[in-house]
Amino acid sequence: MNSLKSQGFAPVVSDLKKDGSEWTVKEKIMLGLSPKEYWAVQLRNPFNWVLWAIYAIGVPILVGRFIFGLGWVTHSSYDYPWGLFLGWGLFTMVPLSASGFMMGTTVELFGRKDFKSIERLGLLNGLLGYLFAVVFLQVDLGQPWRLIYPMFVSLGPAAVLFLVAWHVATYLTCQVAELVPAFSEWMGFPKAKKFIKSIVLGLTIAGIILSTLHQGALGALFTYAPGKVHPLWYSSPFQWLHFFVSAVFAGLSMLIVVSTLTKWFMRWRCDENYLSNLSKLTLGLAKGASMALITYLVIKIIGIAHDNNWAYLLTGWGAWFMFEMVVGVILPLIFYTMAVRNSNASLARFAAILAVFGIALNRLNTALIAFNWQLYREIPHWRELVIVFTVYATYIVVYRAVLARMPILYTWKEKK
Amino acid sequence: MKKLNRRSFLKGGLAGGAAIAAVGTSKQALAGTHNFGGYPDSMGVLVDLTKCVGCRTCEAACNKEQNLPEPDKSFDDPSVFEERREGGLPRRTTEKAYTVVQKYDVPGREHPLFRKVQCNHCNEPACLTSCFVNAYKKTPEGAVIYDKTVCVGCRTCMVACPFYIPAYSYSSPTNPVIKKCIMCYDTRLKFGRPPACVEACPQEVMTFGKRKDLLKLAHQRISDKPDAYVDHVYGENEVGGTAWMYLSDVPFDKIGYDTHLGTQPIISYVKEFLGMVPMVLTIWPALFTGFHLLSNRKDAAKNEENKS
Ligand code: SF4
Ligand code: SF4
Ligand code: SF4
Repeated sequence: MNSLKSQGFAPVVSDLKKDGSEWTVKEKIMLGLSPKEYWAVQLRNPFNWVLWAIYAIGVPILVGRFIFGLGWVTHSSYDYPWGLFLGWGLFTMVPLSASGFMMGTTVELFGRKDFKSIERLGLLNGLLGYLFAVVFLQVDLGQPWRLIYPMFVSLGPAAVLFLVAWHVATYLTCQVAELVPAFSEWMGFPKAKKFIKSIVLGLTIAGIILSTLHQGALGALFTYAPGKVHPLWYSSPFQWLHFFVSAVFAGLSMLIVVSTLTKWFMRWRCDENYLSNLSKLTLGLAKGASMALITYLVIKIIGIAHDNNWAYLLTGWGAWFMFEMVVGVILPLIFYTMAVRNSNASLARFAAILAVFGIALNRLNTALIAFNWQLYREIPHWRELVIVFTVYATYIVVYRAVLARMPILYTWKEKK
Repeated sequence: MKKLNRRSFLKGGLAGGAAIAAVGTSKQALAGTHNFGGYPDSMGVLVDLTKCVGCRTCEAACNKEQNLPEPDKSFDDPSVFEERREGGLPRRTTEKAYTVVQKYDVPGREHPLFRKVQCNHCNEPACLTSCFVNAYKKTPEGAVIYDKTVCVGCRTCMVACPFYIPAYSYSSPTNPVIKKCIMCYDTRLKFGRPPACVEACPQEVMTFGKRKDLLKLAHQRISDKPDAYVDHVYGENEVGGTAWMYLSDVPFDKIGYDTHLGTQPIISYVKEFLGMVPMVLTIWPALFTGFHLLSNRKDAAKNEENKS
């Protein structure tokens, strides 16, 4: 598509075509290309080849999961009831999607309108991350059709997971609402946008509350297993705080990573306003992330001090822990700080990649690697891995499809 | 001192004022939790490991009583004792076996020690408190039972159980549920009868009775024969106390028991978070609306300046 644009192709940016007639919905879906051109573009893209390969293997296995049960795709471990579906799909995807509430807060609440051009990307990153976390959850639940049981059939309100379920559900609704403006511009329903505008402050505040609680709650879930999670990754008073604070820089870093990807691979879709502001905004996000990182580093150290876990640092687990902290926290912190000081957006982008890696490592450590640290390590079944790739690929496909169409990376030109 | 550190750190403003309040109250909430201690007249089982000969009659009885599927190896096959699951660990409870007997070769002991494993029916069960559909129930008789028809299959109870007891019928695609010992509640305990495994044991390893009487009995046995037992009734205080309790002549940590579980019920480790929830719900809206007004006032002030 980038090359098409350099050949003079103009993507859809308003209700009207160049000649003044209206785009039909179908044409909008086809990105303003003729069907033939559209499919030709899809076929030419090597990234799509990779996706098809993943689907060719992954879809049958995913279908098999629902026909033959979880036992067919996992090792059916009683000792490790949670595997990659939750370790990656829930515990990692959710913090990486914290960007939604962060951007809402920055722009709508603190009135930092200068972040406006990246706000929608932040919101979308949040919405899709949560949506696919739920998809992962549905793959993992033994009886996915009972997902609404904790809501309406049999309530266990004193359980942490109850809170997670309710909050993720409400928050998803919230995020859908926050993105209605983008959708309504694209579809041409201005009324919906006006309505959301009138309640946006309420939505944003609800978003902050829900996010604080469920990001924290994901950490608190592990406080049910005090003896199972290695002490370096466990802290009963601080677990929720660790998870919440790390979600802040996780969300911001993920937003930097995604915005970098859009700048490279979807440049055709970005408008001038987005591209010219991106470096500046990246540094703004970097600043926020570095503040969250330093806070996180301090509370991690306090967590260790509080339980007096220093001795564990000298063991093999300690070395692994230090690796996570150095690569995933301290280096990003240093690079972010340098990037902000020298206005070096590329360095901030590199730091963001490290931080995203660090978060993934931290969540996988807590949920899988350092879980049952006194027993043995569970190596996921290959089918489990294939499903994770397949669902994640779908996440990317949907993400890309929305970015290519709705006014996320560009500003919709309203009818005069 | 530690507490002081924490306080002063929080005051440093890194986490913000609301967090101080939150941590403060959750501390109180925690102090307010006392051990529930279970129902006063609940029943229990005292297992005297010194008497068990590893005949696995109890396993067979449980299989029959609970209508469990035929085992892979028959109940008189001793080779199961040598079976190792991942990590070199002995057999554990599964979806097909609510109780298993493990064998431990203890250096210096004449015979190997056999240990029967099943749900301990905790006074304040972790499984129960972690379940988001409230499937579990601690009955006044002492059993921890569960409602299969609402189990969603999130498997949090398996993560939460400190004894690694609940199993899951992963093999079923359409109706996978949690599977664990229910102390024969439906068929026996409800009517005041001892569980099937207890009754079947030819060596009278297990004594069924009121938990408080069993505790007396256990300590009586220890004081009667101090050389024959280690001075510890496992389950008396572990994670807030359990209905099934154990006597042994070998230190418990040598025969696969986790002796680092502490005496607090598992839920007490989660209370810090649970105590924080209402704080966030009440303080956050006011706090952030305030921020919003403040930041907008700045804007407004700027606009004023620009105008003049
Ligand atoms: S029936 Fe009694 S003696 Fe035999 S294995 Fe079970 S507890 Fe031990
Ligand atoms: S032993 Fe485990 S499964 Fe049994 S009641 Fe206690 S926490 Fe629940
Ligand atoms: S109490 Fe009943 S369900 Fe539990 S192990 Fe014994 S026989 Fe099986």
